[in-house]
Amino acid sequence: MPTIQSVAGESELHPDVALVERVRRGDLSAYDTLVRKYERQLFRIAQHITQNREDAEDVMQDAFLKAYEKLDQFQGNSKFYTWLVRIAVNESLMRLRKRRTGKMVSIDEDVETDEGYVPRELPDWAPNPEQNYTQTELGEILRKTIQGLPQGFRVVFVLRDIDGLSTEETAESLGLSVPAVKSRLLRARLQLRDRLSRYFQKRSLAVRQQGAAGRENGANQ
Amino acid sequence: MTCSEFLEILDDVIDESISTETRAELETHLRRCGHCEVVLNTTRKTIEIYRCHDIYELPSEVSDRLHSAIMDRCKQKNA
Repeated sequence: MPTIQSVAGESELHPDVALVERVRRGDLSAYDTLVRKYERQLFRIAQHITQNREDAEDVMQDAFLKAYEKLDQFQGNSKFYTWLVRIAVNESLMRLRKRRTGKMVSIDEDVETDEGYVPRELPDWAPNPEQNYTQTELGEILRKTIQGLPQGFRVVFVLRDIDGLSTEETAESLGLSVPAVKSRLLRARLQLRDRLSRYFQKRSLAVRQQGAAGRENGANQ
Repeated sequence: MTCSEFLEILDDVIDESISTETRAELETHLRRCGHCEVVLNTTRKTIEIYRCHDIYELPSEVSDRLHSAIMDRCKQKNA
């Protein structure tokens, strides 16, 4: 069985690999460092899949505990983080399954396989359109929009575009093929863009600004 | 380049992994096709907005609580 060092040895050793080795030798403070490093990202992934804050908190805890217990199974032929994400995705799906009283839940849910999606012809967006909304309004728009995506698209977008995993790492974390990740990513990006256009296109923002000016004038009279 | 061919390489364009030759074809297409230009710019912006705004932030006090709980459970496993 290859050791972490022999597999990763040719390139520069990832700092996580050294931390994992320390944990294996009984140094719990090294695991503390790894948890601190990735807890926010794991929480975000869990929240995007479960769409429930309490579940996301539980998933994050359970995923780190499971990773700790299974650390001997980590071979080092993938990044520690990719391995951790795979555990968190599985824990999230299990949590959803529990909520739906044992009904099967998979990463393929709601994913349509037709390839003929064509982006709608929509007007251009205003420059920096997000600046026309308060942080709270913007957060609400972004949450609502991404929640409307099928889960199988949403999770690919989160891992690839928000979390910054490569296509190959995303495929590995989700147990999908590289072509499946690519096709879902394109659909996710285009659907999000179509949905956000409702808020960010020039015309919508002009109407919104007129409304705000009208309210201001009314208040001044 | 047609609009369908543009869509086929859209992800590679966004990820900046296209050849110089394809880039030249793309630029020629975009000069002529306003629709594809809007699709490219607004899709790029979509990704940028989601990257820059963490919609599921973990407040420090929650993070501290969860962190302690995780480490306590790991210690118990060792005991």
